[in-house]
Amino acid sequence: MAVIVILILASLGLALTFLMGFIWAVRSGQYEDPQTPALRILTDDTQPAPPPLSPREFQKTTPA
Amino acid sequence: MTNAPLVADQRPAEKACFHCGLPCGGVAIEKGGKVFCCHGCETVHDLLSQSGLAQFYDLNEHPGTRVSGAPPRERFGFLDDPTVQEQMLDFTDGRTSRVTLRVPAIHCVACVWLLENLFRLHPGIGKSTVNFTRREVAIWFSPDRIKLSELVALLASIGYEPSLTLGELDKAKPHPARRRLHLQVGVAGFAFGNIMLFSLPLYLGLDSVSAPTFRWLFGWLSLLLALPVLVYSAADYFRSAWLSFRQRVMTLDVPIAAGLVALYGQSAYEILSGTGEGYLDSLAGLVFFLLCGKIFQAKTYDRMAFDADYRAFFPLSVTRITDAGEVSVALSAICVGDRLRVRNGELIPADAKLVAGEAHIDYSFVTGEAEPVTREVGDRLYAGGRQVGGAIEIETIKPVSQSYLTSLWNHDTFAKDHRDPLNTLTNRYSRRFTLIVVSIALGALGWWWWAGNGGRGLKAFTSVLIVACPCALALAAPFTLGTALRLLGRFRVFLKNAQVVERLARVTAVVFDKTGTLTLAGAGGVQFVGAGEDLTPAERLAVHSLTSHSTHPYSVRVSEFTDDGKAPETVTDFRETPGCGIEGHVQGKRLLLGSRAWLEQRGVTMTGLDLPAGSAVHLAVAGRLRGAFVLAGSLRPGIGALVAELKPAFRLSLLSGDNEKERAQFAGVFGPDAELRFNQTPFDKLTTVSRLRKDGETVMMVGDGLNDAGALREADVGVAVVEKIGAFSPASDVIADGGRVRELGRVLRFARRAEWVVKLSFVVSALYNVVGVSIAATGLLSPVICAILMPLSSITVVTIAWGATTLAARREGLVEG
Repeated sequence: MAVIVILILASLGLALTFLMGFIWAVRSGQYEDPQTPALRILTDDTQPAPPPLSPREFQKTTPA
Repeated sequence: MTNAPLVADQRPAEKACFHCGLPCGGVAIEKGGKVFCCHGCETVHDLLSQSGLAQFYDLNEHPGTRVSGAPPRERFGFLDDPTVQEQMLDFTDGRTSRVTLRVPAIHCVACVWLLENLFRLHPGIGKSTVNFTRREVAIWFSPDRIKLSELVALLASIGYEPSLTLGELDKAKPHPARRRLHLQVGVAGFAFGNIMLFSLPLYLGLDSVSAPTFRWLFGWLSLLLALPVLVYSAADYFRSAWLSFRQRVMTLDVPIAAGLVALYGQSAYEILSGTGEGYLDSLAGLVFFLLCGKIFQAKTYDRMAFDADYRAFFPLSVTRITDAGEVSVALSAICVGDRLRVRNGELIPADAKLVAGEAHIDYSFVTGEAEPVTREVGDRLYAGGRQVGGAIEIETIKPVSQSYLTSLWNHDTFAKDHRDPLNTLTNRYSRRFTLIVVSIALGALGWWWWAGNGGRGLKAFTSVLIVACPCALALAAPFTLGTALRLLGRFRVFLKNAQVVERLARVTAVVFDKTGTLTLAGAGGVQFVGAGEDLTPAERLAVHSLTSHSTHPYSVRVSEFTDDGKAPETVTDFRETPGCGIEGHVQGKRLLLGSRAWLEQRGVTMTGLDLPAGSAVHLAVAGRLRGAFVLAGSLRPGIGALVAELKPAFRLSLLSGDNEKERAQFAGVFGPDAELRFNQTPFDKLTTVSRLRKDGETVMMVGDGLNDAGALREADVGVAVVEKIGAFSPASDVIADGGRVRELGRVLRFARRAEWVVKLSFVVSALYNVVGVSIAATGLLSPVICAILMPLSSITVVTIAWGATTLAARREGLVEG
């Protein structure tokens, strides 16, 4: 008996983790543009990108 | 088809430009084994190569866009205005800013790559991210090192000029709402899945006697899981239902909200009292599917949003006169008392007083009256008028209202008093629908209660509320017509609104205006026949300067013909008399350019000119006839085929302000049945259209909107054909790109099919509702099945509407593939 209760709670916990993951993905804007990343991956990074301005300056100001 | 030469580009496809892929023609520039069609393309190529961005050309063949001369930097000056920045920038802290720009030129992988590597072109630019779906690029930049205007000018110089129009500024940034919807779906889906998991054992007969603990545990867990669905995921339905309740109107959200509360209440009662297991799975499933439908809808709107709508026609900037000279400022930055310069063809952005210049204001935008009115210095000018003639100076006396400008096209004067049976049907039906459904639900509840089966009654009550899907009915017409609108927009035929599709479907007679509609604008096919010696370069420049003030198709062609690459001279006392000609002073000489009759009337002595066939524009310099520009009757390609296609099904007419010289040519094209009228004034055109309407015809008028605004308004469907965006008449219902005139037959056929699709979707959803509700009222339908059926019906109708419309468009060749 008790083991089923533990399993149920575990499955619920797992589902909750996925929900959290989903919420994080939505919040970080991954659902806003499903098309561009598919194109972006086609280009090779032959030249390493020089740090645009000071990267921290931009990271700091990126809205959550 | 026609004996007149076509002005279409008939050069053999020679070498293609390495940058943009267009044929180079005779002006190919060779450099390092690569060929370019113009210096613009070459410059962009050099710039990219020097910045280490040559990979751009590896990603796609000829990925560039032709850059014909870098646009002047001053044109973007208004972007540095703080008020504009406030609207444009997504974010700024003074040191770093982010701006999201719509760049219609984005079309391939190479574009994405180049725009995301912008930082290599300027040290002031940081990260940039492209959204391909929306054709947008979000750029981080440091305003200390690069101004917004410089950034936009840089983009324009490499062929990615952002579209900066009123429509762009107006759009609400949809991101937060979209995120919220995604989160709501996520929560509902999570709860739905888990509640289903707990419900399955109960459905499959897990006996409560053998496992009372589970029953209790599952019940409580389900109740707990369903709570966030009710209060978070479904929150918008309750809010909307509450709003409509307070305004005492029945909207479609009211029965949904009532059904949700009933479901949760009933379930909570059953679980807490231990009499049953409730319908929480149905509740969570219902909300989940409803929200999925909403996402689908939002996605469709998203796709519609990047297609241009008519607001894109309004300017974003105007020319303000300050002590320091002329500056281009944003429309919104105009204050009362500002002095503005309004050039020929430009709109008056706000109510104003005329300070200097001769004002001939064309109010066809506001009143539909085609004849321009003359105003003296000191007179009041109203917003929405268009200056015809030389530049004027005005002083604003009222603030600018953008919404007023955008509402002009939808002004009452242009509202047509035709009824829209389909739409009224939808509206009437929707309003009564809720009432009928609620009464059926209550009736079923009462009936089963009276029969002594309260539980079944409650089930029937909720089932009816859920299964009855007003959405399908409500969606049928807007979705079909919306899809049609979007497909046509992509085809560069813009419709004012969805009702125009319905009117297009009923057209029985088509009236064409000749100039600019059936005939083509362009420099080709123009020749000058001199009365005496040929034009001197100075005279050519003077004619070019004069004609560049006018947007009449003839002026445009003569202007291109006389364009020797020199900057135009100043023109004073410019004046355009619609249907007659233009005049003005250039370098102290008075130039008259127009019809023979008009010149004669102005006191020019006419000598016999041996003119070839075509429309002649006579030129007089300082009162002496110099000759005439002959514009060969260059029919647009494909007009013959279009007329042949329309002839059997429609009553055709041709109206022209020109003389009869071309009658023979057009009689050959139109055949004996068509009505051909020449020497028509704008008013004659209007009467012809209204006479046809009195005959019981549904008339489509196709014109350029310049001197036939009245006729366009009078017609059931007015189609304005434009060569370049910016010159259109609000009297029109449809704006069509010049190259699309020949496809009008297809557009008409497509509209008929679209109307048929609307009726089909109506029948399908009505059938569904009748069957669904009658079964649900018996109480035999489980709410969970209703919850699946309901969104299914919406999806069916939407799929039918979308699929059939797209299919129709594909069959007419309006979309590729």
